[in-house]
Amino acid sequence: MIEKEVKIINDAGLHTRPAATIVKLAAKFKSDLQITKDGITINGKSIIGVMTLAAEKGSSIHLTFEGEDEEEASETIIDYFNRGFDEL
Amino acid sequence: MTNTKNTYKGIAAAPGITIARAYQYTKKIEKVQDELISDIDEALLNLDEALNKSKKELLKVFSLAVDKLGENRASIFEAQIMILDDPVLIDTIRRRIKEEKRHPEFIVDDEISKYQALMNEAQEAYMKERSHDIEDIKNRIIRNLKKKKWQSRITNDVIVISDYLTPADTVLFARVNVKGYITNFGGLTSHAAIVARSLNIPAIVGLHEATNKIKNNDLLVLDGFHGTVIINPSEKQINYYREKIEQLRIYDEELAELKNEPAVTTDNKEILLQANLDLTEEIALVVQNGAKGIGLVRTEQLFQEYDVFPEEEVQYNIYREIAEKVYPEKVIIRTLDVGGDKVLPVDVKEPNPFLGWRGIRFLLDNMDLFKTQIRAILRGSEHKNLKMMIPMVCSIKEVRKFKKIVDECKEDLRERGLPFDNDIDLGIMIEVPSAAVMAREYAEEVDFISIGTNDLIQYLLAVDRGNEIVSDLYQEFHPSVVRTIGHIIKEAKNTGKCMVSLCGEMGADTLAVPLLVGLGLDSLSVSASAIPTIKKIIRNLSYEETRALAEKCLTFRTEKEIRNELIQFFDNLQNISVHKIF
Repeated sequence: MIEKEVKIINDAGLHTRPAATIVKLAAKFKSDLQITKDGITINGKSIIGVMTLAAEKGSSIHLTFEGEDEEEASETIIDYFNRGFDEL
Repeated sequence: MTNTKNTYKGIAAAPGITIARAYQYTKKIEKVQDELISDIDEALLNLDEALNKSKKELLKVFSLAVDKLGENRASIFEAQIMILDDPVLIDTIRRRIKEEKRHPEFIVDDEISKYQALMNEAQEAYMKERSHDIEDIKNRIIRNLKKKKWQSRITNDVIVISDYLTPADTVLFARVNVKGYITNFGGLTSHAAIVARSLNIPAIVGLHEATNKIKNNDLLVLDGFHGTVIINPSEKQINYYREKIEQLRIYDEELAELKNEPAVTTDNKEILLQANLDLTEEIALVVQNGAKGIGLVRTEQLFQEYDVFPEEEVQYNIYREIAEKVYPEKVIIRTLDVGGDKVLPVDVKEPNPFLGWRGIRFLLDNMDLFKTQIRAILRGSEHKNLKMMIPMVCSIKEVRKFKKIVDECKEDLRERGLPFDNDIDLGIMIEVPSAAVMAREYAEEVDFISIGTNDLIQYLLAVDRGNEIVSDLYQEFHPSVVRTIGHIIKEAKNTGKCMVSLCGEMGADTLAVPLLVGLGLDSLSVSASAIPTIKKIIRNLSYEETRALAEKCLTFRTEKEIRNELIQFFDNLQNISVHKIF
């Protein structure tokens, strides 16, 4: 299991487009992804779940990866957060 | 030619006259039955079919949206499609159908509503909107479970009547040949109104009783110039409007011939007639309608298109492209004007956004963003045909800060060895009464000013024109509006160096044109589609006479007197049939 705290750094926050991209990235891996914010945990492979997270610029999000390819999964998805969803 | 019996009035949202049948578009919230089921396999099969059907529908909407709105704005529909494949959501729904043996409709409604409840609990305003989007997909699945037909599959050549229209609705209607829109709610800035104007489809919004009074298949005359609709018109009424439509057609042909002529009065005073540019795509229309450049590029749209603030390079390419397409004519780019009725890019709730963090105030507080935009505009000015303007100016201090920042940005570019127009003209919007009062001092600070009538009138008269309850108090010909515009022009001209332009919707009001010319404007910037009409009017005016008209209007005390004077002025004009058509 890999756990990591990430920050939202793009101006527009976690809006619909990055939400969809996260889910698409997570779907590529066998590992599970749990996303936790403000005490709510959702499945990172569920678009409707990710859409319920209101995450603005500056807020932190807790990611948990678990499964055979958790290494690659965490690298790919954490990198996407660190790139500010390619909106910097 | 209207009688009160079958005629109703709303807000004129998009011009044009059309005669067609009504099509009632009702968004039904599907009722959900909570019954126990016996055949679980059949229920699961129904669910699969409904999900597939919904996906097909949405894929169609998505590709249309990409077409009409561009890929970025269409992303909302992509997310909706993904929801139909959501492993967590769909597995839960399936499991519950098997376990609880309840109707799929009930389970779908119950499950999706849980997520909506979470979104509605959030503080952020945009989460409520997200919940709305989810509502759309929920209704779509339930409707398909009921095997109901897609109601928006409408026939051609109808006038759509509805409570309100969502982005998905408008995108779909744009595909079929809708002749007009009438909605119960909404103001000039509602989605339906904006789309109708950009597609050139006549529309009326805020006609409260529309869906009650108008029945499916009623014959309607929709007059988008006046915001009136006639239900089941008499033969006499139909003939009257047919005649008008024909006159409009002939008139359009005449206007096309004026394309390459200047907007000059009979006594040789030329008015620089420019276009307002909203979306990058409209630029073809600007050139086609014979505008002398662009008097206002609203950059908010570009930002919305990208969803975030595009970086310098992206913005530079956009500004350069506009500058090159219009060259050698000039282009005025207005820096980002957010706030008020234009949504802020950051989620801030203000009790009174029109008096809040708007225009230049926002820019000065977001210096990186402001400088990025200024550098991009400067780089686009390479061919010396760009000008830069800031919105919502309320103090000289803001103007001086702006000039200083521009100097800093020029220095940056010099260091980077990038070309730009060192003498680029800088200007401000005058749209706040306090700036109007000190017009001369502002004019001394800058190269040009542009009067933004939409906001100026709102602030001067304390009327929100988007608020249906008071929108009739929003009066372009209110004596204090006319006098304020007169004051701004006179004061700015007194400096002997400052160009004065006007870029609000008032400039496109045919009735206002002689008055504005008479008050001494150098330039008018209107929507591209209005340019031929305005040009024709100007070419039939005598500057001498408009000056006398303006002088007289400055003495009146009521809106009615001014309006009557202007109507009478048009009646006396020989060659202008324009006003008589309407």
